[in-house]
Amino acid sequence: MFARIWQFVVKEFIQVWRDPRTRFSLIVPPIIQVIIFGYAANFDVHHVRTAVLDQDHSLESRELISRFVASGYFRIEDVLDHRAQIVDLIDRGQVTLAIDILPGFAERMRKRGEASVQVILDGTNSNTALIALGYINQIAQRYQQDYQRDFLNRIAPVAARRFPQVLLQERPWFNRNLEDRMFFVPGTIGSVMMVMVMTLTAFAIVREREIGTLEQIMVTPIRPVEFILGKTIPYMLIALFELAVISTVGVLWFEVPLRGSPVILLAASLLFIAGLLGTGLLISTMSNTQQQAMVVSFFFIQPAITLSGFGFPISSMPPVLQWLTYADPLRYYLVVLRSTFLKGVGLDLLWPQFAGMAIFAAVTLTAAALRFSKTLD
Amino acid sequence: MSLGRILALARKETIQIWRDPRSLAVVLLMPMMLMALLGYGIGLDQTNVPLCVYDREGSQLSQDLLKSFVSNRYFSLKLDAGNYPELIDAIDGGQCTVGVVIPLYFSKLLGAGQPATVQAIIDATDNNTANLIIGYTQAVVARFSAGVQLDYQQRNGPLLGAPALSVDARTWFNEDLESRNFIVPGVVALVMAVIGTFLTSLTIAREWERGTMEQLVSTPVTPLEIIAGKLIPYFVIGMADALSCAAISVWWFEVPLRGSYLLLFAASSIFLAGVLLLGFLISAYAKTQLAASQFALLTTFLPAFLLSGFAFPIDQMPMAVRMVTRIFPARYYVTALKGIFLKGAGIRPLATDMMAMAIFAIVVGAAAACCFRKRLD
Repeated sequence: MFARIWQFVVKEFIQVWRDPRTRFSLIVPPIIQVIIFGYAANFDVHHVRTAVLDQDHSLESRELISRFVASGYFRIEDVLDHRAQIVDLIDRGQVTLAIDILPGFAERMRKRGEASVQVILDGTNSNTALIALGYINQIAQRYQQDYQRDFLNRIAPVAARRFPQVLLQERPWFNRNLEDRMFFVPGTIGSVMMVMVMTLTAFAIVREREIGTLEQIMVTPIRPVEFILGKTIPYMLIALFELAVISTVGVLWFEVPLRGSPVILLAASLLFIAGLLGTGLLISTMSNTQQQAMVVSFFFIQPAITLSGFGFPISSMPPVLQWLTYADPLRYYLVVLRSTFLKGVGLDLLWPQFAGMAIFAAVTLTAAALRFSKTLD
Repeated sequence: MSLGRILALARKETIQIWRDPRSLAVVLLMPMMLMALLGYGIGLDQTNVPLCVYDREGSQLSQDLLKSFVSNRYFSLKLDAGNYPELIDAIDGGQCTVGVVIPLYFSKLLGAGQPATVQAIIDATDNNTANLIIGYTQAVVARFSAGVQLDYQQRNGPLLGAPALSVDARTWFNEDLESRNFIVPGVVALVMAVIGTFLTSLTIAREWERGTMEQLVSTPVTPLEIIAGKLIPYFVIGMADALSCAAISVWWFEVPLRGSYLLLFAASSIFLAGVLLLGFLISAYAKTQLAASQFALLTTFLPAFLLSGFAFPIDQMPMAVRMVTRIFPARYYVTALKGIFLKGAGIRPLATDMMAMAIFAIVVGAAAACCFRKRLD
């Protein structure tokens, strides 16, 4: 039995390695994908293009504007003279944000009245708008507090020392500088692995069927289990090689720390890959043509990435979709990836993820083996 | 160029598509699945963030602060920790995303007119969520702080009034900052890119693989006629998908369609022509279906998903990646879609995007015709 499997593995390797284009597609596209994902998948909000309309021209208004600039979140693209320009700029998408300080702003601040800053936001990208709005509120609040503090210092230095205030000290753990890259690069490893392994294996059996070599294999004494093993082992090894390549790019190029143990990473990857191979082979046995296999595996990959929490938090999905995510092996793998890379936690906290992936792998591999023995008959 | 021959080819292609009902069903169901998944699955705004608290003081005032966290729809209390390690475990294990620690002497310090610091520990593995949470936390604390100040002033005799600075924010185009309105129009681009390139590249690669392309070539049809005849049925399928996507967005997700239908139709057909021709080019270049599908994945799905501004803002990407986004038509199409749906943009602001898509289609079409002719020799 082992000899037969071994022969089969050797055959698969020769098949993959013979075609120079396939050889090329095993190495170059994954690296390109990691780099593009790493740079492009990004929700950071920095240097939001901003237009300013200062109708007050006072010390106060200039101070407030300079605080917006100094924060680094906004980049002033235009300084305007009248309101009509705002509409035009935002309509054309030249700026995302316009800050409008009405005349009388300083007057109101000095008289301790109610002053307001008008902000006009392009809400097309709701995420950027929401975060930018948060920054604006923070800056305005801090400015108001400092203004009051200054004023008290000048008027009543003694009273100024007594100023109750609740301060907030934020401690973002695991990703101290709140860098998007730290979040997305480990996720990218999972997604790229999924795309690679699925597209390779989905073709594995159906190609033999289309070319007609599957019949030749069927007349040999090979058994379904041996066939499935012979098909999975080479792809398992290729996928592990891919993992090494992409993780190296992640750690060396994107400087993502690997805080946890590489052994856990390897173990989780083996389980994850096994599940993907099972799914890929299952799709392959069910399809008649390579085109079908491609379309169906795309039907699996796209939801799997969307529901995995790769970029979009699972907690804000509706309950039905949240349930569906439990059937997604990428969901478990991403938790392991992010936890080992960023948090460095151990198996005591991660075992449920391992269990999830193990169940998925067991189910799909069994289904693929059963399906295949049926097609043999 | 003969219209009769083109139509005959289109008819042959239609019969071929019709014979594989499974793929056809997948293709027609794809928009619905992607729409449902991405429309519901991508919510970047956060509500009910799991919160754990550790109140070291346990006074009336500290409980008041915690209450103002809980009464807010952004947070939901998961754990009232009795000690610090318990809180840390909850964050390490991922049960809570944010932990609020209220220090000893909290109310005493405030009562004496001193500042007191509240700590917020945030699991920043997902830094986008962390950013939003920091904003919410700051808002809650700032409001509480203002209340404490007011109280203090009332008790210690009328001090000096403070100016109130408020931010008066107006969000345009997506007034409630719904992430659905921002995501859904972009899904149309994703669907069309996938259908356009995947399907054409695979069907034509199959003709090469099976050798039926040689038969076609031996007939009097010219390369241009082959391209046109092959692409017409897929163009119809693609437009049907675009139509159903638009219908789902407007009627099901209630995304406002403020611009003109005609413009939407025009932009969609230019984009579709471009991606179909790209699929043709890929298949003329790649020898096998496997290679064709890899190329198609790299040149259409990834750019449409990552580099189009569909979910990830382009202006936050590094310069080099931003240059890359200009090559792919998905970027222009997504801009046009968002403009037409949310902004109600007319032809003038979208003219450059339409031009860019048209140029892409022409260049790729010329390359496809050229490449195809070479292969014939």
